[in-house]
Amino acid sequence: MTLEWLIIIPLAAALVNLVVPREQEGVARWISLAALAADLVVLLLIGGGNWSLPGERGLWMVQSNHQWIPQLGISLQFAMDGLSFVMLILTVLLGVASVVCSWTEITERVGFFHFNLMAVLSGIIGVFLSLDLFVFYFFWELMLVPMYFLIAIWGHENRKYAATKFFVFTQAGGLLLLAGIVALYFVHGNASGQYTFNYFEILQVQVTGRAGFFIMLAFIAGFAVKLPAIPVHTWLPDAHTEAPTAGSVILAGLLLKTGAYGIIRFVLPLFPSSVAEIAWTVNLVAVVGILYGAVLAFAQTDMKRLVAYTSVSHMGFVLLGLFSQSAMALQGAVMQMLCHGISTGALFILVGMLQERTHTRDMTRLGGLWDLAPRMSGVAMVFALASLGLPGLGNFVGEFLVMVGAYKTFPWLVVAAAIGLVLATIYALDLMRRLFFGPLKGSWSFADLSLREAVLTIPFVVAIVALGVFPGPVFRTVQPTVDSLAKAGKELHQVQSSLGEPSGNGAVVVKQSITSREIRWRMP
Amino acid sequence: MCDLLWLIPAAPLVGFLILIVLGSRIARTAVSVIGVGSVGISAVTAILVGVDVIGGTPPGDAFSLLMWQWMNVAGFSAEATLYLDGLSLVMMLVVTIVGFLIHLFSVGYMADDEAFSRFFAYMNLFVSSMLILVLSDNLLFLYLGWEGVGLCSYLLIGFWYREPDNVAAANKAFIVTRIGDTAMAIGLFLLFYSFDTLNIQAILAAAPQQWQPGATTAVLAAALLLGGALGKSAQLPLQTWLPDAMAGPTPVSALIHAATMVTAGVYLIARTHVLFELAPQVQFAVAVIGVLTVLVAGCSALVQSDIKKALAYSTISQIGYMFLALGIGAWSAAIFHLATHACFKSLLFLGAGAVMLSNHHEQNMFKLGGLRSRMPVTFVTFLVGALSLAALPLVTGGFYSKDLILWYAWASPVSTWWIWAGGLVGALITGVYALRMVFLTFFGEAKGHFTGRPGLVMQIPLIILAVLSVLIGFVQTPHSLGNIELFSDLLRNVFPAPAEVSATLSTEALMQIIAGLACLAGIAIAYIFFLRSPRWSSAVAENPQGALLHRFWFMGWGFDRLYDRTLVRPFVFVARINRRDVVDVVVTCIALTTEAFHRALSLGQTGKIRHYAVGMAIGAIITIGIAVLL
Repeated sequence: MTLEWLIIIPLAAALVNLVVPREQEGVARWISLAALAADLVVLLLIGGGNWSLPGERGLWMVQSNHQWIPQLGISLQFAMDGLSFVMLILTVLLGVASVVCSWTEITERVGFFHFNLMAVLSGIIGVFLSLDLFVFYFFWELMLVPMYFLIAIWGHENRKYAATKFFVFTQAGGLLLLAGIVALYFVHGNASGQYTFNYFEILQVQVTGRAGFFIMLAFIAGFAVKLPAIPVHTWLPDAHTEAPTAGSVILAGLLLKTGAYGIIRFVLPLFPSSVAEIAWTVNLVAVVGILYGAVLAFAQTDMKRLVAYTSVSHMGFVLLGLFSQSAMALQGAVMQMLCHGISTGALFILVGMLQERTHTRDMTRLGGLWDLAPRMSGVAMVFALASLGLPGLGNFVGEFLVMVGAYKTFPWLVVAAAIGLVLATIYALDLMRRLFFGPLKGSWSFADLSLREAVLTIPFVVAIVALGVFPGPVFRTVQPTVDSLAKAGKELHQVQSSLGEPSGNGAVVVKQSITSREIRWRMP
Repeated sequence: MCDLLWLIPAAPLVGFLILIVLGSRIARTAVSVIGVGSVGISAVTAILVGVDVIGGTPPGDAFSLLMWQWMNVAGFSAEATLYLDGLSLVMMLVVTIVGFLIHLFSVGYMADDEAFSRFFAYMNLFVSSMLILVLSDNLLFLYLGWEGVGLCSYLLIGFWYREPDNVAAANKAFIVTRIGDTAMAIGLFLLFYSFDTLNIQAILAAAPQQWQPGATTAVLAAALLLGGALGKSAQLPLQTWLPDAMAGPTPVSALIHAATMVTAGVYLIARTHVLFELAPQVQFAVAVIGVLTVLVAGCSALVQSDIKKALAYSTISQIGYMFLALGIGAWSAAIFHLATHACFKSLLFLGAGAVMLSNHHEQNMFKLGGLRSRMPVTFVTFLVGALSLAALPLVTGGFYSKDLILWYAWASPVSTWWIWAGGLVGALITGVYALRMVFLTFFGEAKGHFTGRPGLVMQIPLIILAVLSVLIGFVQTPHSLGNIELFSDLLRNVFPAPAEVSATLSTEALMQIIAGLACLAGIAIAYIFFLRSPRWSSAVAENPQGALLHRFWFMGWGFDRLYDRTLVRPFVFVARINRRDVVDVVVTCIALTTEAFHRALSLGQTGKIRHYAVGMAIGAIITIGIAVLL
């Protein structure tokens, strides 16, 4: 089994869905489910053997490499470590959830819908696996186009506007990323004499100084749009709100995570010294995002928009964790990525169910729904509580570790971030009050969770509780990745202290190979 | 026996899971059996464990039990460990026994409620969380219980969710306490940063070595923990949520908002007393906050017409006594008052609940009255509770605990005369409002619409609690009255010995007489104003200054209005005006500008050759002009 299959299976399913005959479009749902199930099996087969012995395996569980365009140093380099493994599990499971939650919601052009759904998932899987920057960028863009169609075709009232905005923002971010990748290709090639897009080879020689700093900025900008960080977050509320439920689930649960993943995979190990320089600023942005997103969430009257803004707030914690230069905070950030995917995914599914029943997202027209749908309300309560960081649920573990880890270096920013806990309480409880409590508003009458919906949501509840109480397995899976980053940081520190401060002009190149470490200087 | 410690929080948790999953699908009898039975199992186990520990050698030895490794990652570890010493034993016994009695009472009280199983599910979850809180050996695990009880408090205050006021009260309770909790969380960051662990015993052991008394970090850490305690225990300035919390069913008020959860702050400070001793400024602030709260809430309790609100303010005030005691280093006195208060205050709440249930949910004491003969058992037990609250000398539990606090407030070297005087005035006020409730509700002419006495399942817990309220006093008596020290013996290994007091027996006896007189004076005032000549009290209330003061106290000294004007409204206002997100407005402006340029340029596309020719000519002239000039 090789990693390519993880991408090929959903991609093949996408193509099959495209040619499903119009009369039997429902088949597309089953095809998608089957493909995701197959993907999950492959994933577990690949990961399972390695995962059971976390202490003894190396950083990379599996790798595979094929030549593609050797003249330009482009290869189909795929690899999976614990971080990718965790993210892939999340991808496949949220993929299943988004197929199931569209079961009755999407009735038009079902085949094409599932083509886009599967295509976007293969793009995401590709992003989590690619370790050739060129191929990574290919998958990065592959996520974008089908997502555009998902919003623009199956979205709600204002879908065209939202889809265009989404496209423009992420495309702009993507171009910066591309510029960064190309610049890195040349600067690195110039410095090392070997022009390559291969992650492992680029990792051997570090680009520092001013050139490294600006290339890092381009990378961060590209990833920050996806994350999203303030002030490039404004595509998110529109896209999430207008997208169909499956689109919102994938956007919030997975697309946002690719931004954070990119930072962990590329920005932190490729530019450790520049990261140290910019850490405080990025963390300030993160904390502003935590607070600003929470206040905005509170102000919304559209329930989907409210949930969308909570993502801005929660992803702020992720960003804070990534740039805190602490293994603890980094582990917390990964946990938060996972739990935010689960809890926000679940919230979007629940909000989608409500919208499917009432055809409105306006919270001023809803209220007292606990009477009608106690089970749905109970599940919503669990995820509102996860949002506000209740201990015992997964999000708490993530947020707490981020803050306790970041406290050492950035105490005041952490104090400010902690205020976000109060603000989260305000918006989460207010959401519950407005939707589910009080007297029943209007003359709605609808059924509680159906069997399909219960089967869809209960696993989310189980998962968020399990992660909150027994987070150990995730930590152990991600540990080697975090360790390798910490080690890289430490080596950099040693190198810097032996060399003194790097000169200002893109000149310090540190050659690190597994067997020997030689340090050389090279003027541009 | 101690190996069964895990069962004590686990049994109610299992009860919660069963009830929440099966919910309305099982019969009410089964719900009662599961709901009450699970807490019963805890109570029995707790008593057995308690007997084991007290009888063991050496008595009061600590015991800990690792349940599972919660987190262990990148240098941060948190274990889910239970730790049993004298302090957690007392808390555990209070929570399980009082909790069991209240659960039993609820079977009768909630019998007609449609959401019977949801009620017991939440109550069981509460008991489980509270037990985790008091038994935890790790601050993070304690925080799990801490937030868990807050959650249950929220769920149960808003239990009757159709009433918007109840939901608002629930949200307020959660949000206000969360402000304190956030301070506490920052305190945890600081403690971890300082000690690399959140294990309570390890921190308590390391702190005196690492911190000088009065060191900035120590002060900061203690102050942040105090923030959490203030929120949970409804002390100034975070007390405003508790009176509103009375929106919940009355057994909830008895269990959560009187006996257990609101005393969690007292427990937290007592548990981390070493940190407070290293921060004398903060510890003194605890005493000052305590005495202020005693007086502020006591005055508000004096003028309430709603029996539950009066009890709520009384709870705030009594917890103020516990804070006062903590602040002057009278650790075991604080915990002793916590235990007696749990008995008599839950008794009072349950009694009030019985009254309400028998009178069409009437909570206004002025619309009740004359229930003495109609509800004899409720009357007698309520009277016992009220007298214990008022601290009637010699025969009530409340006397022995409050007297102990006042004695230390007088004798302790860290105390001042005005702390003692404040406490004494508070004792007088307590006497007034405690008996005022009794006189208004049970004496005078019969007013309410009486619908029948409470059933046996409600009367039995009342009787047991009344007996406990009296008996519990005799486990700790002063030197002048037998000098029994069972209670402080139990806590001897937990707390440092109180400062050496160089007072004679006669001084101590004199102080007791003064405290007793304060109580009796309060009772006498209540008798005169509310039973013998109620005209006097209405005369005071109708006098303009009196009316003003009455209104001021009635609305809790205006704290709610203050917070509403200075915090809530500005926040909502700022959030509302920025609903459209100012950043997005900027982005939209960029888009609109681009579009405007596009329109402007497309205006030039007229399709007429002469326009284009003119344009080209102008362009050429400008270009040539620039080229020539440069």
